[in-house]
Amino acid sequence: MTAWLPQGTVYGTLLNFRREWDLWSARMTQDPHKAAPRAPVLYVKTANTFGPAGQDLLLQDGVGEVDIGATLGLVVGAQAQVVGAVLVNDWCVPHTSYYRPPVKFRNRDGFLALPAQVTAGQVRDWATLQIEARRNGEVVQTVDLRELMRDLPTLLADVGEFMTLQPGDVLMVGTDCLPDGTRPRAKAGDKVEISAPGFASVVTTVKGLA
Amino acid sequence: MKHARIAWSGAIHDAVESDGQLLLTQGPHAGRRVAFDEVVWLPPLAPVPQARTVIALGLNYADHAKELAFKAPEEPLAFMKSQASLIGHQALTKRPEGVAYMHYECELAVVIGRTARHVKKADAYDHIAGYTVANDYAIRDYLENWYRPNLRVKNRDTCTPIGPWLVDAADVPNPMALKLQTTVNGKVTQSGSTADMIFDVPTLIEYFSGFMTLHPGDLILTGTPDGIVDCQPGDVIVTEIESIGALTNTIVTPSC
Repeated sequence: MTAWLPQGTVYGTLLNFRREWDLWSARMTQDPHKAAPRAPVLYVKTANTFGPAGQDLLLQDGVGEVDIGATLGLVVGAQAQVVGAVLVNDWCVPHTSYYRPPVKFRNRDGFLALPAQVTAGQVRDWATLQIEARRNGEVVQTVDLRELMRDLPTLLADVGEFMTLQPGDVLMVGTDCLPDGTRPRAKAGDKVEISAPGFASVVTTVKGLA
Repeated sequence: MKHARIAWSGAIHDAVESDGQLLLTQGPHAGRRVAFDEVVWLPPLAPVPQARTVIALGLNYADHAKELAFKAPEEPLAFMKSQASLIGHQALTKRPEGVAYMHYECELAVVIGRTARHVKKADAYDHIAGYTVANDYAIRDYLENWYRPNLRVKNRDTCTPIGPWLVDAADVPNPMALKLQTTVNGKVTQSGSTADMIFDVPTLIEYFSGFMTLHPGDLILTGTPDGIVDCQPGDVIVTEIESIGALTNTIVTPSC
């Protein structure tokens, strides 16, 4: 059996955890943002980012360190209904500005680590899911989906207001930050594992160009 | 050659332009000619095995950057779109209720022909299959300063017409000197030249392939010049690029 790959477009969601929202809230009304986001803030993870199960992450082109992005991806079937979910590691180059689209930070080759298979189910199955991120065996973050700003049904409804999710699309629900607003990071030599009960884990070895 | 992808007689066909008609090039009807108005025009893009990467440029013409009150960017301002936002020639695009400003953007669309990674400007044209016309509509009411331009503005259902033709790169000797024009109900509202891009096509391919792999069938929508105006339901918008084609689209209300 070959490892799972998304059949459609993969979308990510920014600022969907309460802790990061609260850390940002004082700055949201300042330049250049001028106001808090109203619609979901999304980004596209293009197919070049897809890293099937077992593939290493190669850091190159001047990138020495990456944010670990433990999240849940909702897998869409017919009529924009969710038919399953996957754990993913939504890698990105650390960036502190959310003003401009994050193509250079999020769309590099291999920057979406995927599991071997999808877990079938419905969104209500995952409302209280806890996802663990481990680096070299040590837990560096626990992500709790009860802390979402938009819970799964709300996120799907608000995204569906302006675009129809297609069969095979994946909507990632967001990545949480640590108490200081940063995310756990990884560099060459690290082994990073994303896991949660009932899901295929995502295990990635990070490598670098010498 | 000008390639199209059409629906006709209950199936999807590849075709080429031939003496003002469509010549079907594969399948049971290969060799048959059909009229332009007999078919449904699809985006002129062959299916790809994984999600098609659709890169779009903002502020890539000096005059448009000025129009929108920004200084010209120092590096390409790019955002990603989904394949699902694409629709074909002569399609209907929905204008939401209650918005004040929805505008077209006539753009030269580059279709990648050969995998590109770490490609230098001098070699960039070797990686291009051809060109088409895109109309990258925006609804400015929904613009927010978070990953701007945000997807609610730029990744809406029906809001990225593309086509009608994919023109072979070999037939476009200088893509950096093509006239662009948009008409609304026959009146010219936008005119410019690809010569005025801030980051030209080879520069864009070098830039993107410097950190990501571009695959055959991937798209780069290269931005739009000055001259954007509001479009209302019933308006017929024709975005046209010299030697590439004229892409027609009609704005409709949400209930249409």
